[in-house]
Amino acid sequence: MYDVCIIGGGVTGCAIARELSRYQVNACVIEKCEDVCCGTSKANSAIVHAGFDAAEGSLMAKMNVEGNRLMEQLSKDLDFPFRRNGSLVVCMNKEDLPGLQTLYERGVKNGVPELRILSREETLAMEPNLSDEVQGALYAPTGGIVCPFNLTIALAENANANGVEFRFDTEVTGIEKADGYYEIKTDKGTVETRCVVNAAGVYSDAIHNMVSENKIKITARRGDYCLLDRSVGDYVSHTVFPLPTKLGKGVLVSPTIHGNLIVGPTAIDIEDKEGTNTTKAGLDDLISKAGMTVKNLPIRQVITSFAGLRAHEDGHEFIIGEVADAEGFFDAAGIESPGLSSAPAIGIAVAGMLRDKLDLAEKEDFIATRKGILNPADLSIDERNELIRKQPAYGTIICRCESVTEGEILDAIHRPLGAKSLDGVKRRTRAGMGRCQAGFCSPRTMEILERELHMGMEEITKSGGASAIVTGRTKSQGQEG
Amino acid sequence: MEKKELICIGCPMGCPITVTLDNGAIVEVTGNTCPRGKSYAEKEVTNPTRIVTSTVRVEGGERPLVSVKTKEDVPKDKIFACMEEINAAVAKAPIKIGDVILENVAGTGIPVVATKADAAC
Amino acid sequence: MKTYDIVIVGGGPAGLAAAASAKKAGIDSILILERDKELGGILNQCIHNGFGLHTFKEELTGPEYAGRFIDVVKELGIEYLLNTMVMDISGDKIVTAMNRTDGMFQVQAKAVILAMGCRERSRGALNIPGYRPAGIFSAGTAQRLVNMEGYMPGREVVILGSGDIGLIMARRMTLEGAKVKVVAELMPYSGGLKRNIVQCLNDYGIPLKLSHTVVDIRGKERLEGITLAQVDEKGKPIPGTEEDYTCDTLLLSVGLIPENELSRGMGVEMDSVTSGPVVNESLETSIPGVFACGNVLHVHDLVDYVSEEAGRAGVNAAKFVKGELSEGGKDIPLIATSGARYTVPRHINVDKMDDLLTVRFRVGAVFKDSYISVYYNDERIMHRKKQVMAPGEMEEIILQKEKLAAYPDLQSITVKIESE
Repeated sequence: MYDVCIIGGGVTGCAIARELSRYQVNACVIEKCEDVCCGTSKANSAIVHAGFDAAEGSLMAKMNVEGNRLMEQLSKDLDFPFRRNGSLVVCMNKEDLPGLQTLYERGVKNGVPELRILSREETLAMEPNLSDEVQGALYAPTGGIVCPFNLTIALAENANANGVEFRFDTEVTGIEKADGYYEIKTDKGTVETRCVVNAAGVYSDAIHNMVSENKIKITARRGDYCLLDRSVGDYVSHTVFPLPTKLGKGVLVSPTIHGNLIVGPTAIDIEDKEGTNTTKAGLDDLISKAGMTVKNLPIRQVITSFAGLRAHEDGHEFIIGEVADAEGFFDAAGIESPGLSSAPAIGIAVAGMLRDKLDLAEKEDFIATRKGILNPADLSIDERNELIRKQPAYGTIICRCESVTEGEILDAIHRPLGAKSLDGVKRRTRAGMGRCQAGFCSPRTMEILERELHMGMEEITKSGGASAIVTGRTKSQGQEG
Repeated sequence: MEKKELICIGCPMGCPITVTLDNGAIVEVTGNTCPRGKSYAEKEVTNPTRIVTSTVRVEGGERPLVSVKTKEDVPKDKIFACMEEINAAVAKAPIKIGDVILENVAGTGIPVVATKADAAC
Repeated sequence: MKTYDIVIVGGGPAGLAAAASAKKAGIDSILILERDKELGGILNQCIHNGFGLHTFKEELTGPEYAGRFIDVVKELGIEYLLNTMVMDISGDKIVTAMNRTDGMFQVQAKAVILAMGCRERSRGALNIPGYRPAGIFSAGTAQRLVNMEGYMPGREVVILGSGDIGLIMARRMTLEGAKVKVVAELMPYSGGLKRNIVQCLNDYGIPLKLSHTVVDIRGKERLEGITLAQVDEKGKPIPGTEEDYTCDTLLLSVGLIPENELSRGMGVEMDSVTSGPVVNESLETSIPGVFACGNVLHVHDLVDYVSEEAGRAGVNAAKFVKGELSEGGKDIPLIATSGARYTVPRHINVDKMDDLLTVRFRVGAVFKDSYISVYYNDERIMHRKKQVMAPGEMEEIILQKEKLAAYPDLQSITVKIESE
């Protein structure tokens, strides 16, 4: 029997797992996909919000500001890319300028440091590609950008290094209360645990409602995004949000931590909790909205578009804590934006609740740091050559667009909770994430997966499940359909 | 009288050509702009042929497959028959460009030859 | 640091031809850097026939065509490194490259020939809406999987784009037992050769739908189907024309993009139409001693033209090394307009050009019974009728040094398409 079972291997579940792993605890994470970071965590703006947006006094505000504060040290401890590039909320209309003041005041009350209102001139000096209409901006230097994949993977790897077990490809089908513990029914059998953490993202209502009479409802709110080529990654240097107006919320334009430019999201409530399809209307909408804040957006440089689903709770608030009518069952539900920013704080908060509930003692041998996949580009030529002498795989480029070597891919595959699929490799190393979108490297990465994991080529998937890349060998007609 | 419609492949013009046949004999060719179109159409209607290119499995080579072609055109209606034999064939490395992989593919009298080399490993 | 007279980036058809001609022009110190495990580039996976009619007066397959040039390069004893990725080229021609055995190393070149080829446009660049399942491949990636690795990308196939690779793959997949349901083309004409439409589609009863595009992609894990719709003159889907297809594979043959990251990195001036470097009559870029040829310069229709162009780049690089590429003279811009999209080269120096200079270009639409016209300043000096010109095929004009020299006041040369 586990002490704690965390349902959901997104950034929230992994943050909780990592903080929980400080204690002497028998814990596991149950994830329905083949890897961590497969749902909301993988498809979002990749922004660490400063925290001026959330309603004053809300849990969202508290977790956001605290999560933002924690992110910097966490990024050093767990070796994932994070940078405070600063956020700008830009106002396009003189009549809306008081809105900046309101936002500023809310931010100050939320505890966001260093906020400042900028004049039109100051704003344009910071971001020359903003629309000529810009009237002023709220500047939050603590706003940042992060790699959501590496953040989540780093948390998971560190949790795993500290003893948390991960069960992938395991879908929860029901939860039953037993005498002082829970029986979690999955498609891979029953798991017994004293406490349950519900970090199931868009499905956190379904998981919650399995044990509680106080039903909650989570709506999948789709956000379409466009990702632009690195060649225009410096089109803006800060994360640029439009000031919400009566015309709507608008979309952000931001550099990503890896040097691309991201534009998005839309906000479309949908029924299908797997409905991550972009639509023409959605993409057209976001392109036109982005054009309202920046001028001449180089939209021809789009290298991919995608959609993510936010777990929107009806009350637009995080639901964090033990469920009143289900002792030992803890929610981390309704974690929509600023969920990524809040994850470090949510992790600490929920782990603290579990510690108190289970009276957990701290581990003496907790490993507080984790080393990410070595990026040879950070090395000098001499260091790089030393590395290649020891491990020649670092001398072979597999992904030409992002300059990813075979050595990095081998590391991604063989480290704990390693990559098993093309997307797994991509999220860990960026192989396939560049401008050719894996046209060049996917057959090469497949060969490496085949060799290293002793899989047949037909078994190699894009992202687990039924997402096989090839369907069989040539020279086999007549053998099947 | 029978009419066959085809598109000339001689140049980017892509003339739509109509060939009128009587009991298999060509009576008239229309729609072509140049004489090349006429001869293409005549051949295409009476005896259409194609080079077939594919791959053959390799044993003992550096690569799993070697690319091959029919050394000459084969009748168009034999393409799939050729493919069946090509698919069943196995070539043994070392292989040089031009090596005969199949002597007489699908009874056409035409050999299938390698179009790439593969040294033995 | 090792030094070479000429470093050639890329061992495909362009790099091979450039190397051979530079060597024959008297340069011994040549290094070809190739990222793949063999020379030949993309031709190795183009196992179909139809190559070399101009160069060798016979129809070869891609590997055979490459093989002829590889043989020459080997016979000439030209040095090459395989599995070697060029990471950077500096403006003063220091080439940084990497492989497993030599690690990261630098060589100093006197001249550099850029011959990196091109890459395929991806689904992402088209912004096709829908899901992002497995089963969507660029046609070239599928070609590699089928022809080099021996794996089938899928069994029920829809192809978007009627470029030649897409057409070739329609036949190839059919021969390997897949069902190719339809080829859709956004434009009202195909970008592929007539011969490929007939022999790759018509022969196998595969329909070609012009003015159609993919407007939706279904399937959360593996592709399950797509929706095609007809488009209007502006390429916008027409509501009500949607048609669903079930398929497990979508191949994209929607354009090629010259692979110029290295060129941009070294600060070479680029042409926004071709996405390749701007070059002069010697195929020399804006950086003296840096030449470009093949698909990295502009996407070609036939490999024969790549070889011919690369041969010239090789000869000119050799001249540069030997100090025979003279300075001085005036650069005359070539202007492509009224249907002509671009020219390669984009400017010429009459003093430095050969007696005859081939200028290649493409048109922007299908033209029937129209004229290629060339103007020196405002005077039309060439007017050649063509029954048909299409964007899928390159056109050429030949400029004569003698005639140009007779125009001392020449300010510009304009290439245009005229209806009469």
